[in-house]
Amino acid sequence: MPDIAALQARFSTEITESAFRDNHRIDVPAPVVFDVLSSLKNDHGFNMLVDLTAVDWLEYDGAVDRFSVVYLLLNMGSGERLIVRTPVNLPNPALPSVYSLWRGADWMEREVFDMFGIVFMGHPDLRRILMPEEFDAFPLRKDYPLKGRGERHNFPVITRSGS
Amino acid sequence: MAVGLPENIFITRLDAAANWARSNSLWPMPFATACCGIELMATAASRHDLARFGAEVMRFSPRQCDLLIVAGRVVMKMLPVLQRIWLQMPEPKWCISMGACACSGGVFDTYAVVQGVDRFIPVDMYVPGCPPRPEQLLQAVMDMQAKVRRTGTIMGREFNIRDTPAGPSPFDREERHRIEDAQFVQLGGFDASAAATGRKGVSSNA
Repeated sequence: MPDIAALQARFSTEITESAFRDNHRIDVPAPVVFDVLSSLKNDHGFNMLVDLTAVDWLEYDGAVDRFSVVYLLLNMGSGERLIVRTPVNLPNPALPSVYSLWRGADWMEREVFDMFGIVFMGHPDLRRILMPEEFDAFPLRKDYPLKGRGERHNFPVITRSGS
Repeated sequence: MAVGLPENIFITRLDAAANWARSNSLWPMPFATACCGIELMATAASRHDLARFGAEVMRFSPRQCDLLIVAGRVVMKMLPVLQRIWLQMPEPKWCISMGACACSGGVFDTYAVVQGVDRFIPVDMYVPGCPPRPEQLLQAVMDMQAKVRRTGTIMGREFNIRDTPAGPSPFDREERHRIEDAQFVQLGGFDASAAATGRKGVSSNA
């Protein structure tokens, strides 16, 4: 495992560490997350981004921040895994893109943008990936109704005599 | 042969002759989006053998098809494709809505799944089930043949009277209530224009 105290001293910020069974997690503030991830990749050998996703903590007991963006890293040399979490808040949730570190972040960041509306600055092509381009909501946000706002019925009707 | 017709000639109505030909060569367009598609394949395979009804020719071009089989859930991103495929099929054409999802949305009552394709395209036959057994689909094809023989006309006149959607109206009362409820929910401070400009700024910088 990377030395968290050293990381903390290097970036002079508070990085908290926690573990559940063999999952090691660190919580990193948003302003330094790119530098921490860059250090983890270049200095500690976490050369694979397994997953990049987000959590909406709206109405969750004890939650302080609205969103968490979660990076799941893998060191393919040693087999170590590390989970990096960073809080993001409204309005204008934004994070630096890690596309320059791991190319695999491309579509994962697009998916997080599509579902949660978190903007990844520096992403080369930040478009919706799952929903249609003209969709104007972020469906995995907890304040979006499960059954939508009528988007699924907003289509022309084709009758038999008219087709 | 009192009227003196030579052999191998018989008299019928043009409609009946067309119906006989059409009902025995219903070439399906498989629009298989989910597990119903697997049952559709099983129906076409040797054990159930859709070929017995002249419907074994699965054409993957809508321009060569008579019968659209919507097998599986249709999401809002797929519905324009489905409508386009339906419009590309030449007349006369029919549609079977196969399975609970295609008929009503099934268990997928979410923002992305269309609650029944019959709201947006005309449907002739509904097959219940999740997924339906191949026997059920065979029964639907047989019923479809019977319907073509019973109601078909060579110029497709029977379609002219069907000028209303087959399904419930797109916005039923319950749906309207849901949309009204949704209006009360705040968007959580999302600023669409800010995100849009942010995206543009990002791509120009990169």
